[in-house]
Parts: sequence; structure tokens; C-alpha cells
Amino acid sequence: MQAIGLSFIDWVIIFVYFAFVLGIGWYLKRFTKNQEDFFLAGRKNSTWVAGLAFLSANLGALELLGMTGNTFKYGMYVAHFYWIGAIPAMLFLGIYMMPFYYSSKINSVPGYLKLRFDEKTRVLNGVAFALMTLLVSGINLYAMALVLHTFLGWNWDVSMWASALTVAVYVGLSGLMSAIFTEIIQFFLIWFGLFLISILGIIEIGSLQEIFARINEYSQQISFTTLWATSSDPTQNGMFIHWGGIVLGLGFVLSFGYWTTDFLVIQRAFSAKDLRSARMTPILASFFKMALPFIVIVAGLIAIALSNDPKSGFTLLHDGGQINYDSALPLLIARYYPSGLVGLGVTALLAGFMAGQAGNVSAFNTVWTYDIYKAVLNKKASDSHLLWMGRISTLVGVGLSLVTAYWAKSFPSIMDYMQAIFSWVNAPLFATMLLGMFVWWITPNGAFWGLVAGMLSSFTMYLAVKFSWFHESFITMSNVQSDMAANFWRAWWAWLICAVVTIVISLFTKKREKSELVGLVKGLTKEKHDQAIPFVKRPEFVAIISLIILIILNLLFW
Amino acid sequence: MSEHKMKPIWFFVGLILLVIGTLIMLNGIYLAFNPSQRVTVLSEIHPDIWWGAIMAVFGGIMYFKTRKETV
Repeated sequence: MQAIGLSFIDWVIIFVYFAFVLGIGWYLKRFTKNQEDFFLAGRKNSTWVAGLAFLSANLGALELLGMTGNTFKYGMYVAHFYWIGAIPAMLFLGIYMMPFYYSSKINSVPGYLKLRFDEKTRVLNGVAFALMTLLVSGINLYAMALVLHTFLGWNWDVSMWASALTVAVYVGLSGLMSAIFTEIIQFFLIWFGLFLISILGIIEIGSLQEIFARINEYSQQISFTTLWATSSDPTQNGMFIHWGGIVLGLGFVLSFGYWTTDFLVIQRAFSAKDLRSARMTPILASFFKMALPFIVIVAGLIAIALSNDPKSGFTLLHDGGQINYDSALPLLIARYYPSGLVGLGVTALLAGFMAGQAGNVSAFNTVWTYDIYKAVLNKKASDSHLLWMGRISTLVGVGLSLVTAYWAKSFPSIMDYMQAIFSWVNAPLFATMLLGMFVWWITPNGAFWGLVAGMLSSFTMYLAVKFSWFHESFITMSNVQSDMAANFWRAWWAWLICAVVTIVISLFTKKREKSELVGLVKGLTKEKHDQAIPFVKRPEFVAIISLIILIILNLLFW
Repeated sequence: MSEHKMKPIWFFVGLILLVIGTLIMLNGIYLAFNPSQRVTVLSEIHPDIWWGAIMAVFGGIMYFKTRKETV
């Protein structure tokens, strides 16, 4: 495909955005005086600021290009990532887990593992998380380069390096605060920049029902337009997965593993001004998360409907003989947006990239500085030295993510790459966190070796399938092949292995005294929060409303 | 962090939406009278004009409500 090219007004809009982002980084630098300002944004944010940043940290290039591309590849089943694959976990985090995280005044999730278990478990998770963050960071760089390559015809290498440099500058200046500011700006730019695609696509085709009808007309054997109706037979849905894999792998392990343990998103809740705001952070975010399919899923379905119609002239890009699913969204922008709006659409994608990258880098510099550098390498580091280290690790993190970007480029779909990484690190960590937070007799050695076994088993399963040491059906219990189904099932097995090993070793190793675990384990901690607040204003009530909307959406698109 | 000096995030969000929305709307009006050679699907309904206007109004309300606030 020829590069679409930008007009003068498109360049002006992109310039305005970059000037804003760099200007905000410069403006906020004067308010970044110490390590708590840099790593935790001073712990002063309201529910709305923390909540939108919580969602936006996850709303990077992955959500935009990857999920639209994945909808083209797998169909409506991708909506599970937004609904059953996110909302229950977000609500669980706000209601049950946040009181332990926030009240223990830790700086990071590995910091909780240090208090609950011991230093070696913290460092193990810190190193795994830092590596995972760098790998995910590469996705954002790759996605940014895809946008610049598609629209401007820029060289891949130049695109990746230019993008990395911008993020390094503004996160290096003021840390988490500038990351949060740009994340919230990005949230609004994405809605204004991309929701119009769904509106115009529906206007062109006629209605949402007409889009579904056209897709069904061309794919009568496999359903791309249902959520659950074809989930009992993997051969009948686009993702080739059984509902058991969705519920256990995605809905339980991957979703809870990501939303309740991934420091990238939880760091935003730590920046809240008090416990109630911290608890409300993921609950408020859940409402906006549920709305996102109206951008990405609808756009993906529009792309399927158009590509099935030869008269529309719409086809995805091909790279090296493979369909590039991630090109769906940029091509829809090119189809519907006149100059000016093209600038807004490109800016929204760039903003998604910038926020996703900034989120990863700010989480990386925190975990590196607190859980690896200060915990192992320099235990007596001063406040000013840690602030300096945060800025240096920002630059190093961006540099390393450039390397991983080239690896991400080799995957046919960036979402497959993401879920593979999550199943190595987050899935077993969720077992450790769940047992650690709710079962007092889980021991430090049980947690450490359980985590090692879970991560190793997940990575081994990945390699075994990739290099055909055994067939994928061994872990998916299905004869049809699907990368995503393999990711879901691998996550489930890694979680189970971690949980079993943790429990068995805990039965035979030294337990910590109950008195040492007060404030860290449910059942040993007296919970007094929110007792004076009316029920309708409590996080529990808002969570129930979120849950009801989730059920309605699932029934509506069953 | 310095106390009571920082502008709220909503001020910056309002400002950028106001500026970009206005640019898109004005460009859309210009294109309505001087059509571009690159024809897009549904260009006849001028999405740039009404979408830019919606964006500018939304941003304008946020900007004017928060322009004197500090946190």
C-alpha cells in the first residue's frame, strides 16, 4: 500500500499534541521534588484522575491496533477481553485486594511480596516483572512504528527510534505524574479520535445488525458475531476455543493475573489520595473498560464486513506473505477521515502508544529502583540518589525496549505476543498473590518455589508448542489450533501448577507467626474502612452496578 | 510536590480538545468550499465540521470551568 500522507493541518494537529506532551513534562518537573513525587505522583490523586489513568495505562497501542486486528482475526469473541476478561478482576481488586495493597504503604507490587513472604520472592517477581515490562514496551514501539510506516511511509527503524526518544524525555522529566497526565489526555483523544470510525462505519453499512448480517453471510460455518452461543464447540467460533478456556484461562487466570497483580496498572491506584479513592479507582475504570468495545470491536467488525465485500475496495496489508491484522484500524482511518481528522486519528494512535509506553517505563523504573536496585545493589541509597536512579533507569528502559520491539515485529498479531508474555509471568503470580493474601499458612519458601515452578512450566509449555516437542492439543484439549486458545490454557495450567506447588511446599516448611501478618492477610486483619459512608456511596455498591451492566452486555450479545 | 500551585489535569485536557477541535472544524469548513483531491467515504456529510465542533465545545466547557483552579 502507498503511504496515505498527511496534509499541513494534520501535521499542525500532531505538532500541537507533541508540544502539549513535552510542555506538560516540562511544567510538571518543577513539582517533582522527591522520590515519592517521581514514583507515586505524590499520592494525591482523586478517584477520577487515578481511575482514568488506571484504565489508560492499559489502553495503549495494544488495545487499539491489536484488539481491532484481533477482532478481524477472531471475531466478536475478542469482546471477552473487555468484559468477562476484565471487569470481575477489576472489581475484585477494588473490593478485596486494594485494602491490603494500599494500607501497607508499599511502593510496588513486589514490595507486598517482601512484606508477606521474603526478599527472595520479591526480587524474583521484580526481575520477572521488569523483563515483562520491557517486552511489552517493545509492542508499543512496534505499534507506533506501524502507524508512522502506514501513514507516512517512514522507515521502521527511524519510526521506532524517534518514538522512543520522545517518551524518554517526558517520563524522565517528571516520572509517574507526567505519565498520568498524558494518559488522561490520551483517554480523551482516543475517544474523540477513534469513536468516529465506528459511527461512520455504521452509517456507511446501515446499522450494527446489517454489519452482523453481512459477516454471517460470508462465514456461515464459523460464527464471528456471537459471544457465547458457539462456545460449546471450538470448531464453530473464530477463536477456536471452548467456553472452559475462556472462563478458566481468560476470565479467571489471565484476567485476575493482569488486573490484580500487574504493577503497571496498580501503580495508578497507589497514587490515589486515600484508601476509598484507591478502592474506587479500578471500580470506576471498569465502566469505561466496558465501553471500549464500541470503538475497537465495532471497528474490527466493520473491517470484516468491508473486506468481505469486493466492491468496497477494502483489504488489509500483507507483510511477507502474512496478513497484517494490525493494519485494520489505520486503514479505516484512511478510508473515512478527511484531512484534519486524519491528523486527529493519527494523534489518537500516537497518544495511545505514548501512554502505553510511558506506563511501562514508569512501572519499570519504579520496580527496578525499589525492588532490584535498592533491595539488592544499594540498600543505603538516599532519597536524591533514588530519584536520580529513577531518571537513569527510564532512559535505560526505553533503550532496552527498542530491542524487544524488533522481536514483537516478528509476531503475526501483537495481542498473541502479549498474552504469551502474560501467561509466563502474571498467571503464576496471581496464584501466589491469591494464596498469600487469603491463606495465612502459606510460607515464604512455598511462595518462592511455587512461583518458580509456575513461570518455568508456562515458558516450557510455550517452547514445547512452538518447537513441536508436543502437540498443542495436549494443553488445549481441542483438536483445532489457535494461538489465543493455547495462551488461555497455558495460563490456566501455569496457575494450577504454581498453586499446587505453593500449597504442598507450604505444608512442609516453616510458617510465619500470625502476628507478623496483620494488615497483610485477610482474616487476620480487622477491616474498618468505609463504615461511616452510606451504602450507596461505598465501592461495593458501585461495583454491583458495574456487575449488572456486565451481565446485561453479555446477554445482549450472547 | 509544591502545594496549591499546579493546574488540574482537566485544564490541560480542555485546552487541547478546544484547540484541536477548533482546528478540525475550521479546516472542515475550508474543505467544504475548496474540496480536496483525496476523496474519502462519506465526505459528503462533512464529519470534520460537526465532529470538530463537538470536540471544541466539550473542550471549551472543561477549559473555562477549570481555568482558575489549582490543586
